[in-house]
Amino acid sequence: MKYGHLIWVNLTRNKRRTILTALSVAAALFLFVALRSVNTTLNDAREVGSESRMVTRNAISIVFQLPEAYYGWLSSLPGVRRVTWGNWFHGIYRGNPRDFFASFGVDVDSYFEVYPELVVPEDQKQAFMRERTAAMVGTGLMERYGWRLGQTINLTSMIYSPVTEWPFTIRAVYTPLPGWTDEAFYFHYDYLSEMTEWAQPGWYVLQLDDSSHAATVAATIDEHYKNSRFATRTETERAFQTGMVSMYGNVGFLMNAVGLAVFFAILLVAANTMMMAARERTSEVAVLKTLGFSDRLLFGLVIAEAAAITLAGGLLGVFGAKLLFEGTGFQGAGFLPGFAVKMSTAGLGMLIALLLGLFSGLVPAWQAARLPVAHTLRRVV
Amino acid sequence: MALLEIRDLSKVYQRDAQRIPVFEGINLNIVAGEFLVLMGPSGSGKTTLLNLVAGLDEPTTGTIRVSGAEVTAMSRRDLAAWRSHHVGFIFQLYNLLPVLTAYQNIELPLLLTHLSKQDRREHVMTALEVVGLSDRADHYPRQLSGGQEQRVAIARAIVSDPTLILADEPTGDLDAQSAQDVLTLMQRLNDEYNKTILLVTHDQRAADRGHAIMHLDKGVLTG
Repeated sequence: MKYGHLIWVNLTRNKRRTILTALSVAAALFLFVALRSVNTTLNDAREVGSESRMVTRNAISIVFQLPEAYYGWLSSLPGVRRVTWGNWFHGIYRGNPRDFFASFGVDVDSYFEVYPELVVPEDQKQAFMRERTAAMVGTGLMERYGWRLGQTINLTSMIYSPVTEWPFTIRAVYTPLPGWTDEAFYFHYDYLSEMTEWAQPGWYVLQLDDSSHAATVAATIDEHYKNSRFATRTETERAFQTGMVSMYGNVGFLMNAVGLAVFFAILLVAANTMMMAARERTSEVAVLKTLGFSDRLLFGLVIAEAAAITLAGGLLGVFGAKLLFEGTGFQGAGFLPGFAVKMSTAGLGMLIALLLGLFSGLVPAWQAARLPVAHTLRRVV
Repeated sequence: MALLEIRDLSKVYQRDAQRIPVFEGINLNIVAGEFLVLMGPSGSGKTTLLNLVAGLDEPTTGTIRVSGAEVTAMSRRDLAAWRSHHVGFIFQLYNLLPVLTAYQNIELPLLLTHLSKQDRREHVMTALEVVGLSDRADHYPRQLSGGQEQRVAIARAIVSDPTLILADEPTGDLDAQSAQDVLTLMQRLNDEYNKTILLVTHDQRAADRGHAIMHLDKGVLTG
């Protein structure tokens, strides 16, 4: 640490440049951490679904619906304990597409039976089930819009009658389970069905007696409907979640590609800063060598200086992102439930900051180490 | 026995096909405690010779020994370590680090030692006392006069108690009074502390302070 002061004074000799470089590293790592967290959140989402629940959807795509008539046959299948269904409403609040969150019409009676893990106060649950225009809302969404129990709000559906406002009364507030979104909006499928002519179940969820029968049940269902107008695809809820995630495309590749591009862009910025800083101090490096500072020591000092800048930027970007996302409870409008900057992501971000420092300092450090003293002093003295 | 022994030293620069000899076959002995002045016209190779003695440059041929150690045979790494213990270098333009105080500039060579912070402090304060700048320890170079800066540079050169002090035109950038102060200080270092000094200068008044004067001209060293 006896060289700490030397590093510090060099860092602060051009404060503006140092701060701007650290901020550019911070911005880049903020972006990296955000992108990486989207990735990890989506990957985690694959793990949320249950193995004993199966989802049957239209074989073509989730955007195509299935007939209500399927409910009866699915319920009668051996090994299937209970069936429920849901429909994607694509609701927006205040007519503003930015005020968007996940909204579903569900069969309320069966839904609570298939999802007993939903944490809702019993009185609120009963109130929600009793009233056709009632809604059950996650705690995060309630907080986001400052809604209160009993409040009537209007949503517009981007699928069903976009010009019509649908009034809902909030009768229940659920507390999310780990990995579940706290920004979802549930209402009665019956209400949806009543208000539109063509709403059908978007998917069925089947609660099995035994998860080991999943493959048999899936094969039976899909075989049964294979030649119908509405062929099905049945898979475990976990596989369904994976399928949903894959609808985002190859997010992992995209995120990694953007992250890599950001890394190289910022590497050039940091390297340029260090090159400029080192070039300005060429004569001082020569003097230090005259005093007996070794090549290795000077190499280390330049690297340490570069690493200090990028690590400071890293701390700001990585933990700034962590604090910001966790402080605001960001969940990507309900599409990224449980969104969080994991410590492993933060650690990776800091490792990248360190690598940025090492790589950006490499060339100027090498130049400082190999500086020909006599030649440099001749130019200075 | 000589503290500094230079044998058959030559330095030739090669620019493309052109061979530019600075000097060839130089021999020189300096005994411990000597104050030797080296004079000569610009471009005669005085500074080059000084750099070679300090191990900052490599000779084309010849050997340099300081206290028996062959400087010309050392690796870059060994040279750096050797320089930190055995050479104090004084430049014409002081070459203090502008972002460090006088104290911190003087402390620089001591960072390379195993001295504790307290011991380093004692050494630095002693060096400041020797050059008469104890009250300027916390001043930055920009807050000092040229003469004071050079005295800080001298303190930096002596703080690690080196075997040899090499001074390259130390008064070349100073006014007459400051130059005299610096020369008096160097003479004191030689007289009172028995420091061996090799001083390069154009200034006859500076040269008069030394025990002996040698001239380097057209590659030939004469005494």
